[in-house]
Amino acid sequence: MVAKPGLDGHDRGARVLARCFRDAGFEVIYTGCHQTPEQIAAAAIQEDVDLVGLSCLSGAHRYLFPRVVELLKEQGADDITVIGGGIIPDQDFQMLYDAGIKAIFTPGATLDTIVSWVRTNIRPRGV
Amino acid sequence: MHFSPETLNQSAGLTAKWEDEVRRAAERNPDEKARWSTVSDLEIKRLYTPEDIGGTDFARDIGAPGEFPFLRGNQATGYRGRCWTFRMFSGMGSAQDTNTRWHMLLKQGQTGLSTAFDFPTLMGYDSDSPKARGECGRCGVAIDTLDDFRTLMEGIPLDRVTTSMTINPPATALWAMYCAAAESKGVPLAKIGGTIQNDMLKEFIAQKTFMCPPEPSVRLISDTVEFGTKHVPNWNTISISGYHIREAGSTAVQELAFTLRDGIEYVEDVIRRKGLDVDEFAPRLSFFFNAHIDFFEEICKMRAARRIWARVMRDWFHAKNPRSLWMRFHTQTAGCSLTAQQPYNNVVRTAVEALAAVLGGTQSLHTNSLDEVLCLPSDHAVEIALRTQQILAEETGVANTIDPLAGSYFVESLTNRMEEETWAYIEKIDAMGGMVAAIEKGFPQLEIADAAYRFQQQIDAGEKIMVGVNKYATAQKQEIPVQDINEQVEEEQIARLAAVKRSRDSRTVKRDLDELKNACKTGKNVMPFCIQAVKDMATVQEICDVYREVFGEYRDPGLY
Repeated sequence: MVAKPGLDGHDRGARVLARCFRDAGFEVIYTGCHQTPEQIAAAAIQEDVDLVGLSCLSGAHRYLFPRVVELLKEQGADDITVIGGGIIPDQDFQMLYDAGIKAIFTPGATLDTIVSWVRTNIRPRGV
Repeated sequence: MHFSPETLNQSAGLTAKWEDEVRRAAERNPDEKARWSTVSDLEIKRLYTPEDIGGTDFARDIGAPGEFPFLRGNQATGYRGRCWTFRMFSGMGSAQDTNTRWHMLLKQGQTGLSTAFDFPTLMGYDSDSPKARGECGRCGVAIDTLDDFRTLMEGIPLDRVTTSMTINPPATALWAMYCAAAESKGVPLAKIGGTIQNDMLKEFIAQKTFMCPPEPSVRLISDTVEFGTKHVPNWNTISISGYHIREAGSTAVQELAFTLRDGIEYVEDVIRRKGLDVDEFAPRLSFFFNAHIDFFEEICKMRAARRIWARVMRDWFHAKNPRSLWMRFHTQTAGCSLTAQQPYNNVVRTAVEALAAVLGGTQSLHTNSLDEVLCLPSDHAVEIALRTQQILAEETGVANTIDPLAGSYFVESLTNRMEEETWAYIEKIDAMGGMVAAIEKGFPQLEIADAAYRFQQQIDAGEKIMVGVNKYATAQKQEIPVQDINEQVEEEQIARLAAVKRSRDSRTVKRDLDELKNACKTGKNVMPFCIQAVKDMATVQEICDVYREVFGEYRDPGLY
């Protein structure tokens, strides 16, 4: 699931990625913009996804990304991996890793790099 | 253009000879790549000759500056009579932080202001809304009430400096604050000048700061156009924007076509809904384009834009006032062309893009700072960006003469081609029933998504180059200072808002909002009600909540 948390409308990256994963043979859900962390967690659980990719370019990732992980955990779905991308300053990486974000991709990452990371690191849940 | 048969004969002969030479040379030394195209993937020929502009009629298609079809500019005097406005888009943290930055920019020779609001303000939420968590002051200034707005404008001479505000769904509320702030300083509405972006169609298409569905969104825009026409005659009530369409990944032609078709939609709506004559309001319509990295494509896009708009206004809407035919526009260099890698290279990109905007005849310009890929601009970075424009204006001589590239076989030919492709899109959208209908079908959104995806694939395949990203990359990181937004901004802003809410008369606010609701329902112009409400300290969100309640909320269909 590719998700856009918060009020940020910069969705070019998220939409390119959603299409790229679809073309690579994945089943993709794209939430559209302006989702609250609560909506994202609920959708991830309801749709039984294996991976949530969060995209944020507004600077609000410091609150929004950890909040999604926290909500998944509270609802017993901490086996759903969460990764993130967007405009993320280097100094925020550690804070996001500590909060449970498993990988962060920033501008310049190729589509191949991201797809390969997912193929290597994500196994379908419950299989 | 008319060339004598002798010239065309000579040209054909010389071109044939040249082609032979190219073939011979290419056998020894093949071209470095098979296909040469613009950043938008328009294929470009190796050489352009008189034959490429043989169909161009000088009087009909080129003409003189200040004359139809305005290809060469709106002003007969070019930049000699009036240089473009140095207008840096800025906003950060609190109203106080932004006001400090503005005074710094004005001191450094900036000639117009341009406001970046934070996401809660852009989306019509107050700083204390749960939806605003983590966003307050982050990518622009947080404004909740007239109290903040007055702080923002402190010491700014409203009768002399024009201010642009990038605000869309809550445009009525923020413009009302500007009007109220001016009145309280004793500056009459007839004296203030500036721009509200107030272009909702491109929000659905590209930028995605939307609130109500397209139809009522357009109605609110027509209210502002009507109010401006009658009471604030020097205000540009819409800035019909291609910038965000391009940033979302469109091609240059898509940017041109969708922007112009949006403009047509607004003109039709104002005429139909408000019964205004086109010449009463069209002179105050303004535009906003992107200056991307492909130098000639951008120059041609801007030249074509002026000519198409003049034709639309004259031939479709029968405008008589020459000013109605003018396409006046602001330009911003392309944020999406900048790279986080080797950020100092961004200074060079921005300079080239700014030069294209000037050669394209922009009236106003924002130059991006080298650090905008990473954060809001630092003082140092924004100063370099402003100086870039000042060097172009004062040192390079590019402002000496008007439209210096006119008559170039390549430039005129590419200008013509972009105009033709734009008309094809406009016809397609007309056939769908107009832009609102096209948006509902997802047409422009998916056209842009296709182009964005294609570009990313070309980057990944090395067919298009971004220096420092997919070529000439280095392991060594260039560290630059990053502007940080104080984490306390959110807390302090929420406290300020709470204080305003405590001190205002809540019954008066409630009455104002009820009257606004009534105006929304009955089709009365909302602007006078907004101005009254903000004077009584109604918040941005309270006004927008009225719109959400009456008109409903638009949800992103999430097309990709």
